[in-house]
Amino acid sequence: MSAALKKDTAPACVVTLAGAPAGVPAPSVLQMPHKSKSKSSFRPPLRAWLRSALSTVVPPLITVALILLFWQLAAHGPQSALPTPTKIWEEARDLIVEPFFWNGSQDIGLGWRILVSLQRVAIGFSLAAIVGVLLGTLVGQSVWAMRGLDPVFQVLRTVPPLAWLPLSLAAFRDSQPSAIFVIFITAIWPVIINTAVGIRNIPQDYRNVAQVLRLNQVEFFFKVMVPSAAPYIFTGLRIGVGLSWLAIVAAEMLTGGVGIGFFIWDAWNSSRLSDIIVALVYIGVVGFLLDRLVALIGHVVTRGTATN
Amino acid sequence: MSYLKIDHVDKRFQRGSVSTEVLKDINLVIEKGEFVSIIGHSGCGKSTLLNIVAGLTPVSAGAVLLEGKEVNASGPERAVVFQNHSLLPWLTVYANVALAVNKVFGATRSKAERHDWIMHNLDLVQMAHARDKRPAEISGGMKQRVGIARGLAMEPKILLLDEPFGALDALTRAHLQDSVMQIHAALGNTMIMITHDVDEAVLLSDRIVMMTNGPSAHIGEVLDVRLARPRKRLELVSDRTYIAAREAVLKFLYERHRFVEAA
Repeated sequence: MSAALKKDTAPACVVTLAGAPAGVPAPSVLQMPHKSKSKSSFRPPLRAWLRSALSTVVPPLITVALILLFWQLAAHGPQSALPTPTKIWEEARDLIVEPFFWNGSQDIGLGWRILVSLQRVAIGFSLAAIVGVLLGTLVGQSVWAMRGLDPVFQVLRTVPPLAWLPLSLAAFRDSQPSAIFVIFITAIWPVIINTAVGIRNIPQDYRNVAQVLRLNQVEFFFKVMVPSAAPYIFTGLRIGVGLSWLAIVAAEMLTGGVGIGFFIWDAWNSSRLSDIIVALVYIGVVGFLLDRLVALIGHVVTRGTATN
Repeated sequence: MSYLKIDHVDKRFQRGSVSTEVLKDINLVIEKGEFVSIIGHSGCGKSTLLNIVAGLTPVSAGAVLLEGKEVNASGPERAVVFQNHSLLPWLTVYANVALAVNKVFGATRSKAERHDWIMHNLDLVQMAHARDKRPAEISGGMKQRVGIARGLAMEPKILLLDEPFGALDALTRAHLQDSVMQIHAALGNTMIMITHDVDEAVLLSDRIVMMTNGPSAHIGEVLDVRLARPRKRLELVSDRTYIAAREAVLKFLYERHRFVEAA
C-alpha cells in the first residue's frame, strides 16, 4: 500500500513546491555576498527584501507577458475561433476590473460566484478533513481496520468525482448538498491515506513515552498522534483541497446555481468565450491561493515536527 | 522484603514458527536507593530486560515485583530515560516535562505547585534557561538532560536509564554522569542503567550486573563496587578499588564472554 501512497503524495508535493517559494531563496543567496562586501551590513533589510521580491515577481510577469503577446499574434485575424487578449479586455472588462458588482440575481461579479463556490468547498472539504483524519487514524492504528478498509478505499478513490454526482443527486434530491457531497468524496481519500501513513510512521519512542505516562486514548490522539502525523496530514489536506477545487467547477456545471462552474457553462451556452477565459483565470488564481493557504497553515502547525 | 525483584524472567520472541530465546532465567534483587548498572555486549538483551522492568515488553515466564506487587504494564512509577531522549519535538522543553507532570500529578497538585515542580526539575538538570526552546534547538546533551528531568519529575520509584549517554560525545557524557551522580546523591532514587561503557558503570554504580552473550543471555556475574560516595572522577583514576572493579568487568566482557561476531 505504501508504494501506491508514495505515488500519490510525492508528485503532488513536487508540483506545488516547484512554484514560487523555490525561487525565493536561490537568487537572494547568490546575491548576498555582493552586498555584504560593500560594507552594507547596516543597510535596512528593506532593500534585500525588495530585491528578493523583485526576483520572484519579475520572471513570472515576463512569462505572462510573452504568453499574452504570442496569443495576441496567434488569435489575430478574422478566421480565429478564439478571442485575442485585447478583445477579451473589451468584451469582459466589467468582469475583470470589478469582481464584486451586483446587478440583479443573475448578473453578478465573478468574485461573488467564486465566494459561493468557495463556500461549498469549505463545507465539503472541512467534513472531508474531519472524517478523513479520523478514518485515517483508525486505518493507521489498527491492522484489522487496515486489512478491512484499505482495499475498499483504494478502489473507491479511483472513481472520478463526477461519477458520484448522479448517485448523490438521487440520494439528496437537491443540487446544493449533492455538490458538497461530491467535494467531500473527492477530498477525503488523500486525507485518509496520508493520515494513515502518518499514524503508522509514529516512532515507537513516542508510543513508549505515552505508555510510560499512561496516556489514555483521547490524550494519546491529541497529544501524540495528531502532532506527530501532522506533516503527513497536511500533505493529504493540500492534495485534497486541490482536488476539491477541481471537482467543484465540474459539479457546478451540472448542478447549476450561482457558482463559478455554472457561470462557465452558462457563458458557453450563450457563446461568451471572453467571459469563460476570464473565469478560468479566476479559478486558477483562487486554486493557487487555496493551495498556498493550506500549505501556510501546515507550515505554522507543523513547525516543531518537521524540523526533527 | 526486596524493593524490586526480577524473578526467574524468561523472554522469547516469536517470529512465525521461529522462536528465539533472548533472556533465560534472570534473577535480580535491587534495594531501595541502589544504583545498578547492567552491562553486556550489544544484542545480549539488556535493553529487553530494561523494557521488561519498564513494562513496555511482556515477559514470557517469571515476573517482576515492585514492593512485592507484580508489575505487568508500564507506568510513571517506573520512569524511563530513553536512549535517544524521545522528547516530543513539537513541544517546548517546559511542555515536554509538563506533559509528564500534568499527567502524573494533575489530580493531586495545584497548577502553581505543578509549575514549581516542573521548574525545580529543570533546575536540577540545569536546563531552566532553555525552557521555551524546542528539542530541535538544543544540543544532544541538553536533550538528554531534559529527558532525565522528565523522568525525575514523575517521582518514580525506580528510574530506568536506557544507555542514556550512548549518543553523546565524551565530554558531554562526563558532565551528565556527574549530574546523575549528584541527583542520585541528593534524591536517593533507585536507578537502573543500561550501558556498555565500563568506566561509566564503575563510576556510577553500587553494583554492576554483567550479562552473558545471547541468545539465552543470563546474568553472568554481579560485582559490588565498594567505592565511597561522593565519587570524584579524577581521584578514582588511581584508586585501587576502582582499578580492580574496572579490571573485573573488562575481564568478564573480553576474556570470558567475548563478543563472537565482533571477533
